[in-house]
Amino acid sequence: MMFSGIFTKSKTAIRNTAIVGLVFLLIANFEDMIGNHVPIDVHKMLFFDTFGLLGNSIAFASTLLLVLLSGRDMEKVGNNLAEYFALVFFVLCGVAIVTTFNTLLMLFLGIEIISIPLYILTGADKRNLKSNEASLKYFLMGAFSTGLMLLGIAFLYGASQNGTFFIDDLWTGGPTVAAKPLFMAGLLLVLVSMGFKVSAAPFHFWTPDVYDGAPTVFTSFMATIVKVSIFIGFVRLFEEGFGDAQDKWQVFVAIITAATLFIGNVTAVFQQSVKRMLAYSSIAQAGFMLLAVLALNSVSKQGMLLYAAAYSVATIGIFAVLIRMKDYTFEGFNGLARQQPVLAATVTIFLLSLAGIPLTGGFFAKYYMLSAVVSSGHFLWLVIFAVLCAAVSVYYYFRVIQAMYFKDGDGTTEVEPGAGFKGLLVVLAAVVIILGVCPQSLLSILSKFPYTW
Amino acid sequence: MIPVLLIFIPLVSGLVGFLIKNEGNARGWALLSSLATLVISLWGLTVAKTSPLLHTNVAWLPDLGSRFAVGLDGLSQILVLLTAVCFPLIFVATWRDQYKKAWNFYALMLLSQAGLIGVFVATDALLFYFFWELALIPVYFLCSQWGGERRIAATFKFFVYTFLGSLLMLVGIIWLYWHTPDHSFSIESFYGLRTRVSGQDQTWVFWLLFVAFAIKMPIWPLHTWQPDAYEQSPTATTMVLSAIMVKMGLFGVIRWLVPVLPIGSWAWGDTVSTACIIGMIYASLVAIRQDDLKRLVAYSSIAHVGLMCLAIFATTTTGMQGVMIQMFNHGINILGMWIVIDLIERQFGTRKISQLGGLAQKAPGLAILLVVVALANVALPLTNAFVGEFLLFSGVFSSTATQYNVVFTVVAGLSIILSAVYTLNMIQRVFFGNTNALTERGVDIKANEKLVLAAIVVLIVVVGVYPKPMLELTKETAEMILTKMNYKL
Repeated sequence: MMFSGIFTKSKTAIRNTAIVGLVFLLIANFEDMIGNHVPIDVHKMLFFDTFGLLGNSIAFASTLLLVLLSGRDMEKVGNNLAEYFALVFFVLCGVAIVTTFNTLLMLFLGIEIISIPLYILTGADKRNLKSNEASLKYFLMGAFSTGLMLLGIAFLYGASQNGTFFIDDLWTGGPTVAAKPLFMAGLLLVLVSMGFKVSAAPFHFWTPDVYDGAPTVFTSFMATIVKVSIFIGFVRLFEEGFGDAQDKWQVFVAIITAATLFIGNVTAVFQQSVKRMLAYSSIAQAGFMLLAVLALNSVSKQGMLLYAAAYSVATIGIFAVLIRMKDYTFEGFNGLARQQPVLAATVTIFLLSLAGIPLTGGFFAKYYMLSAVVSSGHFLWLVIFAVLCAAVSVYYYFRVIQAMYFKDGDGTTEVEPGAGFKGLLVVLAAVVIILGVCPQSLLSILSKFPYTW
Repeated sequence: MIPVLLIFIPLVSGLVGFLIKNEGNARGWALLSSLATLVISLWGLTVAKTSPLLHTNVAWLPDLGSRFAVGLDGLSQILVLLTAVCFPLIFVATWRDQYKKAWNFYALMLLSQAGLIGVFVATDALLFYFFWELALIPVYFLCSQWGGERRIAATFKFFVYTFLGSLLMLVGIIWLYWHTPDHSFSIESFYGLRTRVSGQDQTWVFWLLFVAFAIKMPIWPLHTWQPDAYEQSPTATTMVLSAIMVKMGLFGVIRWLVPVLPIGSWAWGDTVSTACIIGMIYASLVAIRQDDLKRLVAYSSIAHVGLMCLAIFATTTTGMQGVMIQMFNHGINILGMWIVIDLIERQFGTRKISQLGGLAQKAPGLAILLVVVALANVALPLTNAFVGEFLLFSGVFSSTATQYNVVFTVVAGLSIILSAVYTLNMIQRVFFGNTNALTERGVDIKANEKLVLAAIVVLIVVVGVYPKPMLELTKETAEMILTKMNYKL
């Protein structure tokens, strides 16, 4: 039902078809949410609940925004525009599987469908050595983590009582299953490979190089849509599959979270290029999202969706402006406010949102994450550590604001951006503010649809 | 109704202010808006305490248990009044200051006013946090855009400091929220917590909240952002920072910390008091050695705020009332000091005490007004600060919450003597003595400046001679806070 967009897509190679396809996907997804199912027998392999479907909506809507904002820039990457769009839609297909999987096999399939097109997209700029290097690096590391995941899944299969891939059956048999070393080994292997995919430390080393090397349009795509959808799969897997063994793996997740927050934030401080800074900031943001995996309660699931939306919108907005800049260093932004007041103002709002300042969506996203962990009553040290890191993050986000507003320079864009581009950025900034003043507007959707998780 | 108006008048007029692309109009607009706020706040003083006009409570985030709840009681009345009085005075006093893109400047000033008033009237913890940050962001942009040479580094330090504090406070608020029985951010639920949260938990959650407030006040050793930020900010913003913003910290302690976590406050009272005392003496000594007028006043502010914080933890009615009244007085007095400094700097292009001298001959009007303000700053009788500091000292002295009350009083008294030293020394070196080449060209102050300084002098004397209305206004709230503080397990 959701994949028809892909096949029609690969035939035509114009942007508008892609937009129509995405709108179609969104509508189909929405119809599904309000209950107009097209019954297709998936043998329980996929499970379309509100959480997954909302995750899909966020991913599709973000892609639509990305195409609207930066579609033209995709054309500059190379000659094979049609293929890029086809690959993007393949990734979206994987996203839909990862957000709604119900067996480990589908999870694996989804992750692979996401990853393989991404390896190609990363190397899309064939004439650029950095892009080639990034692609190769990503492929090698990705293949390795895939191997680990497969091994983990095999272990889990062996450890489960009746040999099953269904995530809600893994736990049948209760504590005896959890006591098996095989189960824990499998769990950790899956955790590591998922951590790799969401660029959690210490499995993050590919991220800066790949994000820096890839064409900026696709960096934006990877850092937002792909990352948050894998996170939604992450939460789903750990809640449905390993939720009852929480006390066994929580400490590992806590350590990974702390490391991710620390490395992401501290390293971002020393970057000279805004693009690389955003790569590290995405690691840091992943650390915050990991708090949702750690806490795993209804607050954290709501928060995850809010975080996904707020983070994606803000990051896509910043990248859209970054793509059009002449110079990617911080100095390149000097004095942008004078040349392009609209761009500077909207980027400021996006940066404030990423930093988690109230009145922006990012604040409530962070609020939910912190609240989720505090409500569980454990790991308060991690919460305090997280806010310390958030204070560090202010440093590098505000460096861009300082460059734009308070420093003299002639930072400007390559070509004068069109009115449509500016208008869309203003709309996005308005969305960020609306999410910040009444996050209810998004969250109430959750309560309107029947809960099926 | 009234608190909502108080927030929305500056907020809306601030947003409109961005669109007025004319310097003169923007200035007039800002003054008009701040006068409207003043009128509303005076109206708030006249209505009966039980009037429904003073409270508003509407749904905001039902899923989170947070409501848009605002209200005015004695404590918030007095601080709102301070904010409402200060802003028009600031606008008039800095009327002749020139700013690039002045409309943005005035718009941001009004937005920070909205944030400040919001902080003082919020009766919902999440809303309080919201306004707390909202007041900070415009000030950050004001300082970074229009400040002195080292403005970017100084305001950045200021921002990171306060933001870190705010985040810790946020964690504290969330923690308390999950411990309220009805999962609500309302102040009533928070006040109910004092019986539900164990003494052990109170002792560490106390610090999450207190650090945020201590940074804002600031209390030694968290004060290092302050002199730099004051020095580098444009003077109009420095006035907001020192006259009103530091009160946010004191207000936070009185409203959101000591009544919510009485055991924690009691347990750490002596520690905090000691830090206050050290800060008072340290800041006074540093102030004596300062050559820059702005830095001198900045350090004197640390000393004065330290005394107020000390009196909060003394847990006595006189002390608590003294804090509330002194918050107002300190705001007015320090505003007067900044105006004088701004006048000197604009005329002579320097703030260095060593380069000035003999101003009294050239600008007698200014000298008279300054002497009154400065005497109020050292709490001479018949000035407003005398009333405040008398209450503070008697509160600390009669305190039963600590066994060191006599020591605290004596050492705090020492800092008052030191404050007389640096204030009078400053007057002597700037206004008396011989004129030099620079001050030879000095002229007396203009009408608008006279008007503002006269208004401040009138406020100083009136409150100093007839403090009764202020005492009545604060009595009820002070007693309410104290009953909550004196709860024992």
